[in-house]
Amino acid sequence: MPNLTVNGVRIDDTFAEAFGMRATAVIITAESARWARRAAETMTGFGTSVIGCGCETSIDRELKRTQTPDGRPGVRVLLFAVSTSELTHQLQTRVAQCVLTSPGSACYAGLDGEEPLKLGDALRYFGDGWQISKRFAGRRYWRVPVMDGEFVCEGTTGLTKQAVGGGNLLIMGRSPAATLLAAEAAVKAIHAVDDVIMPFPGGIVRSGSKVGSKYPKAKASTNDAYCPTLKGAVNTALEADIASVLEIVIDGLTSSAVAQAMRAGIAAVLKLGPRKGAVRIGAGNYGGKLGPHHYHLKELLP
Amino acid sequence: MKPTVLVLRARPPERLDLSPLVPHRLAGQSAAGIEAIELQTTRHRICLGDAFHLRLGDVDRIRIEGDCDRLDRIGEQMTGGELMVEGDAGIGLGRRMSGGRLTVKGDVGPLAASGMRGGRIEIFGNAGDRLGGPLAGETAGMRGGMVVVRGNAGERIADRMRRGTIIVEGRAGPYAGSRMIAGTLIVRRRSGALPGYLMARGTIILGEGAEELSPTFVDCGIHDLLALRLLANFVAAQSRKAAASLRKRLRRLAGDMAALGHGELFIPEQE
Repeated sequence: MPNLTVNGVRIDDTFAEAFGMRATAVIITAESARWARRAAETMTGFGTSVIGCGCETSIDRELKRTQTPDGRPGVRVLLFAVSTSELTHQLQTRVAQCVLTSPGSACYAGLDGEEPLKLGDALRYFGDGWQISKRFAGRRYWRVPVMDGEFVCEGTTGLTKQAVGGGNLLIMGRSPAATLLAAEAAVKAIHAVDDVIMPFPGGIVRSGSKVGSKYPKAKASTNDAYCPTLKGAVNTALEADIASVLEIVIDGLTSSAVAQAMRAGIAAVLKLGPRKGAVRIGAGNYGGKLGPHHYHLKELLP
Repeated sequence: MKPTVLVLRARPPERLDLSPLVPHRLAGQSAAGIEAIELQTTRHRICLGDAFHLRLGDVDRIRIEGDCDRLDRIGEQMTGGELMVEGDAGIGLGRRMSGGRLTVKGDVGPLAASGMRGGRIEIFGNAGDRLGGPLAGETAGMRGGMVVVRGNAGERIADRMRRGTIIVEGRAGPYAGSRMIAGTLIVRRRSGALPGYLMARGTIILGEGAEELSPTFVDCGIHDLLALRLLANFVAAQSRKAAASLRKRLRRLAGDMAALGHGELFIPEQE
């Protein structure tokens, strides 16, 4: 499949196929960046894939004091789901269990979307009648008394229907260590792009899947064509020199953000080169018939 | 385009009702039409042209030049645009206003911002009694928007206030925030006796405390609340002085326990 080589790295003539999703964002602040991050990490835990977790969620970026509504250090978290109702459910339960509970935290809208999603407007009931609404500058904030003072939470956050989920890169190398190094370089570069998340552990997924399974109950199963240990046994997509494949899955608030993230990831892998890092970059798709968004690798080269 | 200017010819013999002089009601009218608008409040007829010299310009920006406390209901039911008063104003300034900017260089009479729903009023002088309050029989006073008073304010300001923000950079008279339903009142200097009298909900912040506090407010301790820091950031754009009184540890009193008791009064730590 590879027919193009840049800086010694083979680029597949293929594309990543992605889907439309519903997404929202929240800003979590705390007295220190450490505690803001801790609340955000808890909230985004077990949020790698809509298949098993209900939503895909991760930290978009850290925010300085000057970038948050209350002048404290913060973190912006993005959440992606397949429907508005599931997104609302995931948003509310995750903020309620993981942010409301975190010492000194506050939660604000992270997106001015097309429609509002209830945030504090739903969580306020925790206040048992002692909650206080304050409205200024066109925004409503709820103050819920908690044991360390008050939990401040904005009434609503925004929903976007323009979000894209499933942008991806397959990074292939001669050894697991070299492949991981290349994938880490890509993750680092993509972190610099706003409005995107990589929901898997450290931004990387090693268990890419295909649709369907020999077992009737399983909807998805291991992507055998990319498993290096099955090279001889299946209709493999891997050449002899590839011993490891890692995938980076990218969800973005817009299609252009996903494209930008993939471009940044590819550039980082190419810069690292085949000696230290990956020898080949590919992308996952379903033949182009399922997802409306196609990101052709050759169009995303630096 | 220059603003429309109204220059008061002389102190009128009676109180004048200036409620027709709002941008949306003057839009599309000729100079002659505007001059024929009746402003009297007694049987003695007074047209605008009799009381004011008119220089017609952009009706979205109206300037009233005249230092007179007999000019009532300026900016009443204003929906947008800009209205400036170069001097004092009378009763009911900006009553039931829903949008736009209203600025007064001098003092204003009672019931300014009464029943206001939106927009912004700035008063450089003093405000009279019942700023943002309701008229007799009305269920709620101010319901939205922003009022900034650079001077002092009279008695019972923010009476039955329901939403919005009132900032008084100077002092306030007795019963500030009486019967408040919700909303935010900030008085930077010392307030008169019994602030928050019978308030149900809402927030009153007194930068220098009050002459006398009602015993029906209960001490909830000294706190440095994030919500007040957030409020301070919002208020700073309107009044840096008022914002400064929010950025410190304050004592929170809950009340009025003689009413619903979900309101709050913030006073300095040492009070």
